[in-house]
Amino acid sequence: MAIEGADLVKAAAFIGAGLAMGFGAIGPGVGEGYAAGKACEAIGRKPEEADLLTRTMLVGQAVSESTGIYSLVVALLLLFVV
Amino acid sequence: MTLDVPTTVKLASYVGAGFCIGLGAIGAALGEGFTAGLANQSISSDPRKSGDIIKNMLVGQAIAESAGIFALVIAILLIFLESPGTSLVKAAALVGAGLSMGLGAVGSGIGSGYPGGKACLGISMQPTVSGRLTTNMLIGSAVCQTPAIFSMVIALMLMFLDFGKGAVSPTWAALLGAGICMGFGAIGSGIGSGYPGGEACLGIARQPTASGLLTTNMLIGSAVCQTPAIFSMVIALMLMFLDFGKAPPSPTWAALLGAGISTGLAAIGSGMGGGMAAGASCEGVARNPDTIGQTTTTMLVGQAVSQTPSIFGLLVSLILMFKVYPEATTLAAPMALLGAGLCMGAGGIGPGIGNGMTAQGAVTWVARNIEAAGVLTRTMLVGQAVSQSTAIYAMVVSLVLMFVV
Repeated sequence: MAIEGADLVKAAAFIGAGLAMGFGAIGPGVGEGYAAGKACEAIGRKPEEADLLTRTMLVGQAVSESTGIYSLVVALLLLFVV
Repeated sequence: MTLDVPTTVKLASYVGAGFCIGLGAIGAALGEGFTAGLANQSISSDPRKSGDIIKNMLVGQAIAESAGIFALVIAILLIFLESPGTSLVKAAALVGAGLSMGLGAVGSGIGSGYPGGKACLGISMQPTVSGRLTTNMLIGSAVCQTPAIFSMVIALMLMFLDFGKGAVSPTWAALLGAGICMGFGAIGSGIGSGYPGGEACLGIARQPTASGLLTTNMLIGSAVCQTPAIFSMVIALMLMFLDFGKAPPSPTWAALLGAGISTGLAAIGSGMGGGMAAGASCEGVARNPDTIGQTTTTMLVGQAVSQTPSIFGLLVSLILMFKVYPEATTLAAPMALLGAGLCMGAGGIGPGIGNGMTAQGAVTWVARNIEAAGVLTRTMLVGQAVSQSTAIYAMVVSLVLMFVV
């Protein structure tokens, strides 16, 4: 099997896409879970503030999500653009 | 310099032995250190109870040690094994065996340290129930050893079964993948089942009258924690016993290696996450035994959602194993499949842990404030769904790698 330059570049892009999205998913998963866990604790303490707490949780999680989305974008770039 | 087959197999068995006891020593040492640390903390708060506490510490450490001893036995067997292998496939099987047992001992060693340490704390809080605490610790730590035992079974099969009949490639990748899958897959379940064990011990000290309820609750919780390890064992067995000999060597080798990595890595997060929910449930039941029904229900819902990433991992593994591939002449085709396995495997770790943290918060507070159980369960599910999103991204990228590019 002769390996050509273009083939090698494609192979590296595919492995890179897998690594980017795979490792990139770890942080947001843990971080969003932590935020949600704390939100549940807070709602348990003050159920009457549930709406405000849920809203805050979602905003916080959305920010925590951003690096996951960066990973997804990079993975898609590696898959379809380069 | 050229290596003949028996020399290569011998080399592989030594490398496997190194992985096995090197990795396998990590967990037991950490777990025992945790137990010893909490034992000292307990003795400092009540030095008169040091006899009971030290006895309990030593029993707890002995159980945590067993994961390390399994790894030692497999490493010694690998070194002195008169290998029946006359094929290079055996070399991959022996490295796989070392990885399976070495990685597989990490979680069980760490996990069994929790019940040991928390039981010591419990004895200093409530010396009258020290016998009951040691019993519960033994049950809890024994459950933590289950993933290490799965790993040992897979390692022994890889060492002693004869896989020499099939073609060298892709069979080597299937066997190495089986070892990686079981090894990584055991980590999360081992650590995770330690949390309910520890919290149940502390709970019995706090609420001795609820000790039966607590042991039961601990067993339910830690049984669910074993699911990801069982998924990994299933995939490892499929990789060992399905016949991939007729498939084209490239890209099938990468698909089989990827299949092992996907389920193995994704199981880490789900195992730990399930344990966090179960630990919170034991803690909550001890605080407020009347809420056991609602607490256990919330725990089971939370654990079920925490299992999702490992199910994604399983799905990707099954696709990688059963998809029919045309012969590939490029390097890109196998790398896409290996990348798919890595992506889903690593991508499943974080969401599994995150879902568990969410469930932990919800379960803890259902037990304290049962009137808010409805809103807590709803918030938990919303939070988990968001935390799940990156696992779904990882699955999408894996599917694109497998089916589109």
